[in-house]
Amino acid sequence: MTETTIAIEQGGGPMLGVAPPEDVLLDVRDLKTYFHVMDGTVRAVDGVSFSLKRGSSIGVVGESGSGKSVTALTMMRLLDIPPAEIVDGEIWFDGRELVAMSDEDIRHIRGKDMAMIFQEPLTALNPLFTVGDQISEQIQLHMKVKKREAWDRSIEMLKTVGIPNAETRVKQYPHEMSGGMRQRVMIAMAISCEPKLIIADEPTTALDVTIQAQIMELLKSIQQRTGASLMLITHDLGVIAEMVDDVIVMYAGQVVEQGHVDEVFLDPRAPYTEGLIRSIPSVVGRGRRLKAIRGTVPSPFNLPPACRFEPRCDYPWDLCRATEPELYQVGAPERGARCHLYGPAGRGHRSPVVGTASVEGETESTEAARPDAAQVFLKSEQALEDRRQ
Amino acid sequence: MTKYIIRRLLAAIPVLFGLSIILFAFIHLLPGDPAVALLGQHATPELTAEIRAQLGLDQPLWQQYLAYLGQLLHGDLGKSIITNRPIIDEFLLRFPGTVELTVGALIFAVGLGIPLGRYAARHVQGFGDGMVTVISLLGISIPIFVLGLTLQYIFAVQLKWLPASGRLDPRIAIEYHTNFVLIDTLLDGNIPAFFNGLSHLILPAIALGSIPLAIITRITRASVLDVTNEDYVRTARAKGLSERRVGGRHIMRNAWLPVVTVIGLQVGGLLAGAVITETIFSWNGVGRWTVQAIQDHDYFVVQSIILIFALIFLVVNLVVDIGYAFINPRIRYA
Ligand SMILES: Nc1ncnc2c1ncn2[C@@H]1O[C@H](COP(=O)(O)OP(=O)(O)OP(=O)(O)O)[C@@H](O)[C@H]1O
Ligand code: SF4
Ligand SMILES: [Mg+2]
Repeated sequence: MTETTIAIEQGGGPMLGVAPPEDVLLDVRDLKTYFHVMDGTVRAVDGVSFSLKRGSSIGVVGESGSGKSVTALTMMRLLDIPPAEIVDGEIWFDGRELVAMSDEDIRHIRGKDMAMIFQEPLTALNPLFTVGDQISEQIQLHMKVKKREAWDRSIEMLKTVGIPNAETRVKQYPHEMSGGMRQRVMIAMAISCEPKLIIADEPTTALDVTIQAQIMELLKSIQQRTGASLMLITHDLGVIAEMVDDVIVMYAGQVVEQGHVDEVFLDPRAPYTEGLIRSIPSVVGRGRRLKAIRGTVPSPFNLPPACRFEPRCDYPWDLCRATEPELYQVGAPERGARCHLYGPAGRGHRSPVVGTASVEGETESTEAARPDAAQVFLKSEQALEDRRQ
Repeated sequence: MTKYIIRRLLAAIPVLFGLSIILFAFIHLLPGDPAVALLGQHATPELTAEIRAQLGLDQPLWQQYLAYLGQLLHGDLGKSIITNRPIIDEFLLRFPGTVELTVGALIFAVGLGIPLGRYAARHVQGFGDGMVTVISLLGISIPIFVLGLTLQYIFAVQLKWLPASGRLDPRIAIEYHTNFVLIDTLLDGNIPAFFNGLSHLILPAIALGSIPLAIITRITRASVLDVTNEDYVRTARAKGLSERRVGGRHIMRNAWLPVVTVIGLQVGGLLAGAVITETIFSWNGVGRWTVQAIQDHDYFVVQSIILIFALIFLVVNLVVDIGYAFINPRIRYA
């Protein structure tokens, strides 16, 4: 453990107000989205930064309420203001900044360059229009084509997402289709205008286990075929391991760990990430006890004063209750963990058992106990396989 | 779709049949003898008995009913005791007036209620929403006769902006083809008479339409609010559609569903309200005729009107349900 402990600059590096390099499709910088509600203010997204290169993919994981959806909806500018307020931050997308953009301009990006797939395929389609109608509406709007052409392209899209008898299906209403089929329609709709970024917010949570894997495979193949970037939000760490290049782990509105997915999963640094990984059956393995993170997510109205994870953390000390930790660089330049253990004050406190090695009952040295990449991925592969059956 | 309509029509038959029995029994259990009413002060026991025999009133009730049913099946509603003319002719003479009034009221209620409801939903919890709520509560709680007389007093008697009663200025002579004032004047190209008829319609239509207006406003508001939170509305926005298109197409189309049902249900209330409104505004229609027939003990007329109104109510609701099925594919194929 010899990594440097330089704090990763808020905003992901480049100066605020300056567009990121051309190869960066998405650069979210210190984004803060709050909700002003009756009981007070919910800091749903509180200083989130990450970036995504063209054609690559990023996963967003975290417990319920950690701000994953709000981050995505803020990027799409789909939140109702009020009660929501984008308090601070910048979203650079394809060379343009979205937070300050006019409603009119953002409409031309939404559904065109940035498309979103939602969690609830059963309710996300309008029950009163045929699916063809709903897909062509979007195509007509953004591609500036005639109705006939848009309709043909809708059929094309349905074929692309693997819907059989697309010519018949295109004339059907949502209620005539299964959940999996409807999610395929949503995907067809999302990719219909050749988006540069596809955001999928828990696209399979509402579906049967057998269908989940199919939809994920479809998303992955579409992403690879079209060269679009993918932002995948999910609870399922196994899916993340399969699907994406980079990952950010969110907790209580903040990014607590980020990095390449292999590194984060094989060598989690933030105690929260470690806890998350310890709760996956495939990593812990047969015969070992699964360990859920103790305690519960803090109320958004009553966040711990300094480190938001402190009440649930296994390694806290007084600093954790006094000062909020920054996102410190750990290892590779893009890797970061929001934890004092990696800050200047952390050296003396660094626990010998940070990492997956601290699995229940393990006492050997960190290196020996840490499962290797193959092991983790074999197992998560296995988990996906199980889910398919 | 055709099957659906046929099924609904068949279902209406037992309803009408049952209704005819109830009505018949009810009317004949009422105190007061039509024969006596007809003869008035000339009534003697002999004359009364003769008239009763003429009208078939001396027969056992069940025979009277069967005879009545036989007539009905031939489309014959019988004759008015008072005028001795076929009820159906008298009805057709007055029915257009009632249609004009109720359609006017419905146009007022729907034409104003839907925009008001949408406006309230868009400014939910705001001042405008509060105003709309107050207005619609008032609309529901003020009885038609109070509103009608008030409107009459303010706009006809005091301000003299609009006529107080009737369907047309008595000094204007028009030719009747359909007995719809607004249609007949247009058919003859008599534009001044058309506007005169229209000005007569305004106050009674507002009086009659105020309750449906209030109800439609409330339902529209609630329905739009409901639909606005639906996932598919978020999807529509996510597609990049303009607010105008999201509101007009994705929200309104869905918000219409409960509104359409409620509009259908209002028709019953409108027909009932027409009785009061026509009386207040001396509007020559079926409603005023009903009151007259009740006063005259012209039972066959009363019986026929109720039966026809019931039929209209059934037909209107069938039309509404078909309209509903037309908007909503989920029941179209059911
Ligand atoms: N419209 C809203 N009004 C008020 N608070 C909101 C609203 N939407 C989200 N929040 C709050 O913002 C926080 C983050 O919510 P978000 O939906 O982003 O969580 P999430 O990480 O997507 O969780 P899940 O896994 O359950 O989808 C939560 O505390 C939530 O209560
Ligand atoms: S900062 Fe302290 S309390 Fe927070 S995660 Fe790190 S060790 Fe735990
Ligand atoms: Mg969510």
